[in-house]
Amino acid sequence: MNDLTSLTIATAREGLRKKKFSAVELTEAYIAAVEKARVLNAYIVETPDKARAMAKASDVKLAKGEGGALEGIPLGIKDLYATKGVHTQACSHILDGFKPTYESTVTENLWREGAVMLGKLNMDEFAMGSSNETSYYGNVINPWRRKNSNAALVPGGSSGGSASAVAAHICAAATATDTGGSIRQPAAFTGTVGIKPTYGRCSRWGIVAFASSLDQAGPIARDVRDAAIMLKSMASVDPKDTTSVDLPVPDYENAIGKSIKGLRIGIPKEYRADGMSSEIEALWDKGAQWLKEQGAEIVEISLPHTKYALPAYYIVAPAEASSNLARYDGVRYGLRVPGDDIVDMYENSRAAGFGPEVQRRILIGTYVLSAGYYDAYYVRAQKIRTLIKRDFELAWDKVDVVLTPATPSPAFAPGEISDPVQMYLNDIFTVTVNMAGLPGIAVPAGISKDGLPLGLQLIGKAFDEETLFTAAAAIEQVAGGYQAPKWW
Amino acid sequence: MSVDQATVRRVAKLARIKVKEENVERLAGELNSILHWIEQLNEVDVEGIEPMTAVVTVKMKKRKDIVTDGNNPHDVVENAPAAEDDYFLVPKVIE
Repeated sequence: MNDLTSLTIATAREGLRKKKFSAVELTEAYIAAVEKARVLNAYIVETPDKARAMAKASDVKLAKGEGGALEGIPLGIKDLYATKGVHTQACSHILDGFKPTYESTVTENLWREGAVMLGKLNMDEFAMGSSNETSYYGNVINPWRRKNSNAALVPGGSSGGSASAVAAHICAAATATDTGGSIRQPAAFTGTVGIKPTYGRCSRWGIVAFASSLDQAGPIARDVRDAAIMLKSMASVDPKDTTSVDLPVPDYENAIGKSIKGLRIGIPKEYRADGMSSEIEALWDKGAQWLKEQGAEIVEISLPHTKYALPAYYIVAPAEASSNLARYDGVRYGLRVPGDDIVDMYENSRAAGFGPEVQRRILIGTYVLSAGYYDAYYVRAQKIRTLIKRDFELAWDKVDVVLTPATPSPAFAPGEISDPVQMYLNDIFTVTVNMAGLPGIAVPAGISKDGLPLGLQLIGKAFDEETLFTAAAAIEQVAGGYQAPKWW
Repeated sequence: MSVDQATVRRVAKLARIKVKEENVERLAGELNSILHWIEQLNEVDVEGIEPMTAVVTVKMKKRKDIVTDGNNPHDVVENAPAAEDDYFLVPKVIE
């Protein structure tokens, strides 16, 4: 039975429609696989009873030929998404015991299409981290290991549980979110596909807020087609999120397999950062070559403000986070630690509830927004954002899509990076995309000398996710897929 | 700009996070290292550049001024650490 978990969404969908197996059988196979893979710590809450009930309902609909686009497909949900009556804590202690009385718009969309929830996935606390080491619920383990080694590696972050679960086949696909690279970096570290759509493509309603002008929902999936299927169902305009954009959601699957003949691919020279490893550089060149061989035109471009994106991000994101996280006061939900008076209670609750990385970012954010510093930091960073966005707008005159590496290195070991700034540098290739609000996709493209997956990133024009799916599928077609050897 | 220990205490107070005295020095070091790294932004000429306020230029949507939700006080206090009769309970604020 367990080989049902090896099916992609596209193949499982076919099997369900042809009644080769039932949604209940598919879900049972995943529930068993989830239990066996607990060592990965990808799920922090398993919801097998809910999954069985949803699968049963799917079978009823499938029997009548009424199934939705994801009917009977078992998914994992990042703990950042509000799920009605089910643990939702952004993997923070401060939301201790929080069970929302409402459902996020994105998950609501998925359930409407018939998807089945297997449980909630581990992540960095409040999505702040690049290695899934800041979760209150402990580290997530990457299913991938270095050649001839049993040592644990991080799955990347913040959507580390999502990436690990997809790579280990303990969900068909997962929801994730990306504020600076939190979908694309873990996808690259685990040999999976992750897309951060254009800001405004998916509703942010019911997703625990980190940095509201950067946060965006997206899927992590096993291949490009599955990512396209997921995004189609996740995306919507939503009256409850005024930043969600009222544009029709294309059938992204149609973009897969289209010819890339004549597509202009930009190679930004500024991404050849000092100290780029020869392995990453070779992967990048190889990716460009693959696209060229399929008829694309390779064009060198310049994005001169690239190097300022990450430091500007570390003003904008903590500033917005310090404001968003002000709501955790020990009064309305979550943890309360008593104090001498109400202010003492606030301070005790927040000191006990937030982990060190979250506290660090709240303090940075509070500092850069404090009287006298607002113009020097936040306003300057927002001006630099305008320049970063303009760099891309000028590039779009010459190219249709931009190709870059997804990460500066393959997955590393827990504890290997302890300096905050060094950890932040993991997002050096992904963060510009959030700053400019553009869509970006990470697609597996090779294996490192240590035997670990490496990913390439494609960046597109606003709301041109279709071209990203077309180009990513062209890379995937040559690179093939990568599957972690099962050791758990 | 350099953050001293008094600034850490002031910012922590503003952020309503109790910081243990033995952690103040470490935090000052960490914040300084991040702020020092951010200072490279001063190289950029931003003269005449407008700050970005929206990622996608769209007309601000407005909702109709009508009630679409509500009348569920129990849901609102459902997750409160302390509540009574659909009110949040907090330590005494006014003497």
